[in-house]
Amino acid sequence: MFDFCADPALLDTLPWMACYLTTAKQVMFYQSFLVVIALLAVTAPIALAVGFCGALARRSHLAPLRWIGVGYTSIVRGVPDIAFFLFVPLALDQGLEYLRHKVKCPDWDMPIRQGNDFVVCAAAKLPQSGAAPLVHDLYAIALAIAAYAFVFGAFAAFVLSGAMNAVPKAQLETAEAYGLSRRQITWRILVPQMWVYALPGLSNLWMVLIKATPLLFLLGITDIVYWARELGGMKTTAYAYPHGDWRLWYFMALLVFYLGMTKLSEIAFERLGQRLSRGQATLAGMTQAKS
Amino acid sequence: MNKLILSTALLALTAGGALAQDTIRMGTEGAYPPYNFIDDNGEVAGFERELGDELCTRAELTCTWVTNDWDSIIPNLVSGNYDTIMAGMSITDERDEVIDFTQDYYPPTDSIYLAPEGDIDLEGAVVAAQTGTIQAGHVAETGATLLEFATGDETIAAVKNGEADAVFADKDFLLPYTDDGSLVVVGDPVPLGGGIGMGLRESDTELKAKFDTAITAMKEDGTLNTLLKKYFGDETSTY
Repeated sequence: MFDFCADPALLDTLPWMACYLTTAKQVMFYQSFLVVIALLAVTAPIALAVGFCGALARRSHLAPLRWIGVGYTSIVRGVPDIAFFLFVPLALDQGLEYLRHKVKCPDWDMPIRQGNDFVVCAAAKLPQSGAAPLVHDLYAIALAIAAYAFVFGAFAAFVLSGAMNAVPKAQLETAEAYGLSRRQITWRILVPQMWVYALPGLSNLWMVLIKATPLLFLLGITDIVYWARELGGMKTTAYAYPHGDWRLWYFMALLVFYLGMTKLSEIAFERLGQRLSRGQATLAGMTQAKS
Repeated sequence: MNKLILSTALLALTAGGALAQDTIRMGTEGAYPPYNFIDDNGEVAGFERELGDELCTRAELTCTWVTNDWDSIIPNLVSGNYDTIMAGMSITDERDEVIDFTQDYYPPTDSIYLAPEGDIDLEGAVVAAQTGTIQAGHVAETGATLLEFATGDETIAAVKNGEADAVFADKDFLLPYTDDGSLVVVGDPVPLGGGIGMGLRESDTELKAKFDTAITAMKEDGTLNTLLKKYFGDETSTY
């Protein structure tokens, strides 16, 4: 980074630190914070969408759809998250490769499962073995997002379905008396009003999602926990910047990051809550109207 | 969920567009210097990186490096996330049942104990070792209390903060930690394992043959010995 970093062994503490903190490896650590934030930004809306569909399915008048909704939420809420985090990416990856194998290599005569090995033809590999490392990383992250959305979607479905039940029945009956169809009641009366009831549950879920991001590490994604451990570990003279066990400091940085995220989220949800309460027949809405 | 399936499908299609069939993905742990580690540029480095690159050149293969936790390094090879393992992995019968190995590229090496003080009774001590290594297996057999950790780095930290009395691992990995004088070698070196080899899927016989040929060639012309001396010192065992 800096010109004077050519031989770190000769540097004083301060320039040494400046060089150390700007090595390419450190920069990867900084970038991994962005990966976590990006993951949150992508996962939250997808999980919310999955949850919304789940909640609607749970209320559906079609029995099979209702069974799917209830089954999905019950199973995911009951099985430990970590089982799904390990299962979903693996199942998706092998499932997709299996399907691609069937489509792209119909002439393949060897079994896909050979003893312990899972072997598909080269054209069916996901991503292709020649693809750029970035593609492999993105693919791994996409699988992780699928796992997060699957798990958190179920919780969101439960929260949203609770919120839908919390909308005063009188509102829906009035709408019916005015001659609105079921669909109109759902989209014009129920959905706009339910958010304020869903917000506490959703904000809670968001906090849990933030806290769950270090699980990325389990999926082999080089996230902030991976880099904190890797960089913080004692470094011998095999490295250009030898140092002792600094994991404490690195994990401290993670602590500050997560606390910062929590604080920001609290502020954002506070504002959102005020906005959604406006004009609502709830305690918060009434208080707002009076003042 | 729909969006997700769509985006994954899209990714699958775009990924299918780029074709370069002969790229071999080399899996390593990246946390076991000087065998393999992530250097300050964030690249895989060390003995196995240099050896692996040379082997790929000789076998006329294009190779890229992938890091994976030691714990899951064999399962992820078997499920096809990468094609080889070069991670200081000793050839053992248990591993050979699940994956295949090339011939060894590093002769059987000594493992040593490291502790803060020299006068400890290793039989009754708490000894730290990395999970799933031959050293962990050996400690369990000696009757000492085994304390397992996911990475080699954590085993060192455990000894330094007093959680374990000693650490047991490959000599080449441990010796650099004695440089600052805080840890000393305890007891005699223990020869373990059948040498270090490259792990491959059992179904990948063609690739195995290619690497075997390249390793043989490097053994014959002495380049492997030069590389071993460069990373492990002049006294290291050679071919």
